[in-house]
Amino acid sequence: MTQRLTALLAPGRTRALAGFALAAVVLFAVAPVLLSPFRLGLLAKFLCLAMVAVGIGLAWGRGGLLTLGQGVYFGLGAYVMAMHLKLADAGPGGVPDFMSLYGTGEVPWWWEPMRSPVATVALVILVPALLAGVLGWAVFTRRVRGAYFAILSQALAAAFAILLVGQQQTTGGTNGLNGFRSFFGYDLADPVNQRMLYLVAAGVLLAMVLVARQLMVSRFGELLVAVRDAEDRVRFLGYDPAVAKTTVYVVAAVMAAVGGALFVPVVGIVSPADVGVVPSIGFLVGVAIGGRATLLGPVLGAIAVSWAQTSISEQFPSGWIYFQGALFVGVVAFLPGGLASLLGRRRRRGRGDAAPAPEEPETTAPPSPVPAGAHTGRTAQGRQP
Amino acid sequence: MRRSTPSLLPTRTRGPRLAAAALAALAVVAAGGCGARVDSAGSAGAASSSAENADCVDTSGDTVKIGFLNSLSGTMAISEQTVHDSLQLAAKEINADGGVLGKQLEIVTEDGQSEPTVFAEKATKLITDDCVAAVFGGWTSASRKAMLPVFESQDALLFYPVQYEGLESSPNIFYTGATTNQQIVPALDYLAEQGTTSLFLVGSDYVFPRTANKIINAYARAHGIEIVGEEYAPLGHTDFSTIVNKVKASGADAVFNTLNGDSNVAFFKEYSNAGLGADEMPVLSVSIAEEEVGGIGVQNVEGQLTAWNYYQTVDTPENAAFVEAFQAEYGDDRVTSDPMEAAYVSLHLWQQMVEKADSFAVDDVVAAADGVSYDAPEGTVVVDGDNHHISKTSLVGEIGDDGLIHPVWTSEEPIEPDPYLEGYDWAEDLG
Repeated sequence: MTQRLTALLAPGRTRALAGFALAAVVLFAVAPVLLSPFRLGLLAKFLCLAMVAVGIGLAWGRGGLLTLGQGVYFGLGAYVMAMHLKLADAGPGGVPDFMSLYGTGEVPWWWEPMRSPVATVALVILVPALLAGVLGWAVFTRRVRGAYFAILSQALAAAFAILLVGQQQTTGGTNGLNGFRSFFGYDLADPVNQRMLYLVAAGVLLAMVLVARQLMVSRFGELLVAVRDAEDRVRFLGYDPAVAKTTVYVVAAVMAAVGGALFVPVVGIVSPADVGVVPSIGFLVGVAIGGRATLLGPVLGAIAVSWAQTSISEQFPSGWIYFQGALFVGVVAFLPGGLASLLGRRRRRGRGDAAPAPEEPETTAPPSPVPAGAHTGRTAQGRQP
Repeated sequence: MRRSTPSLLPTRTRGPRLAAAALAALAVVAAGGCGARVDSAGSAGAASSSAENADCVDTSGDTVKIGFLNSLSGTMAISEQTVHDSLQLAAKEINADGGVLGKQLEIVTEDGQSEPTVFAEKATKLITDDCVAAVFGGWTSASRKAMLPVFESQDALLFYPVQYEGLESSPNIFYTGATTNQQIVPALDYLAEQGTTSLFLVGSDYVFPRTANKIINAYARAHGIEIVGEEYAPLGHTDFSTIVNKVKASGADAVFNTLNGDSNVAFFKEYSNAGLGADEMPVLSVSIAEEEVGGIGVQNVEGQLTAWNYYQTVDTPENAAFVEAFQAEYGDDRVTSDPMEAAYVSLHLWQQMVEKADSFAVDDVVAAADGVSYDAPEGTVVVDGDNHHISKTSLVGEIGDDGLIHPVWTSEEPIEPDPYLEGYDWAEDLG
């Protein structure tokens, strides 16, 4: 079952290579030529959001972990980067402007490591990885799963946003951190540097997709799908599902954090409004619409949804939100596998009737002793023909 | 039986080869892009980029574009829609009157979606794609802080119509709402005049209440007022039993309320339930205007105090005309409030500045701004060319049973804006 699934979702080597080449050409050559600096900046922002989506695609689509709290890791990466940018703007030994306005005028000790660019880059990855590792291990070894895990992760996002708002003197409160002038020495107001940021974001996203693909086709990827579809069977076979789950949770967290860290210089602000419950769910929308269990579905879905949101809201500033709602309802109702499932359906039809309708054996999969936990996983797989 | 950590290494041999090939391809492409960008970044890094968009505003035709950027969706929509309506009215009036420098205003509307990042994005779009001559809008401090770097780096103009926490003055922003010395400080003066000796501070947990309370604490220290309590509730919080109990137990002379939005409904209901009212312990609010009174319920706030610079009941001919025009446009049941009036004024002030400068260019408009005045519904306002705020008369009002707010105290003279409170000795150590 998993083998067939993997074969379907991880296309052949030539096709994959062609796909990456095409994506690289579009991102590195076509987009910078065709798009105005403003639109290119927007695309850079969408690419950052797509990085979060890659991680969610792994954790939710492959691992069955419905993470409603990726905003926390996105936010950790973003705030670590933003702290560095504020400190760099303030100069050596300087105090960020908002601290002298609203705070005590002293830099708290936990800001100090972010004065170093190297430490910042390391912390962008280490802080979320550590939090996700500890949290994931604690949760998954206690066999918390399904809806319970989803609620827990969402509560974490809510708590994180409230914490940031409450610590106005050191985190900027609801205003967040903003007004950055430079990014590792480059002037952020310069369009050339904005383009550089875009290229960095595009490169990082492509690298992440590669990593995701490697994980998907590896034995770990198969184990992950097995854990998603029948966790207890995996345990009976002698594997510890908590290891696989924690690992994929950490990977998703790091991807979200890197997306957040790049989001900050691209957009120029990070505030609790970007890390709480609503944005955390927003990350899922694109993944769900694109097709969560596929490799490129989450990426393309995230970019397409953000792009549509921007262009529709420009056309219909007062009614755009209905379009978004209708799109989401439409996809959930008629294409529960996301837009990527359209492609799969057509491909199967193209091959003729050789592929039997796979739904029946899967939906009648043997019941798991823990219905709540396996539920998310089974639907994820059942809707994937 | 194997019981081991699953290996991360792929078992298929094609895996590593594929990755290597793809990474190599990626590296080649990236290196190509990289070479070009390091060179150009190195040479252009120091150069200013703002000139690029300075002349993008098209004034050759008989129209000129301006941008309205308000949240038409999300949590702030209920407040910002009223400001948007008010801006539309002002634009309609100016167009009917012959436009600005003979050009009709062409409005480009964008939705800020109650998200600071969206405000920054839409502001950039209005400036660089639509080439508007000026942008009007923003409400929350977070949205303004998000837009500020955009307007400064693109050298464009923003008119911000809401009272706020001060401590800011950007060459690219005009602030037509009150700063702290035009709203909070006069409100404290009023309370001190009334013989208040102890205050309880209640606020939402964000930048405006925190900063306001910092100022109130400094004022209180210098004027012998005791702060008997300071409580914050998260934005949107609706359980105020604990806070109201603390307020009641404190026995303060008055409450200074900087709660925002829905929280006021819950707070005042709880306040009435606890047997407190305007007679026992008056509450002075700085975020409740005519729009909000209906939502809270008149019976819950009747007789309570507010501090603003404009009320629908202000008795000037300009206000009578404004209220009449607004209700004719949007319906007799609509009320006018301070931020709406400040937005209405902001468009007229921009018109005056442009006509004084005889130019739509940002630099010319800013150079002409100092001393520009307008007979606003709240009274005559004058632009301060240094800090880009405007002079405003402060009004303390009492909420009446008709749902409107009636002035009970006025500062008599318009108060000059002082966003950093430099003219107040007691505010010296506020930073």
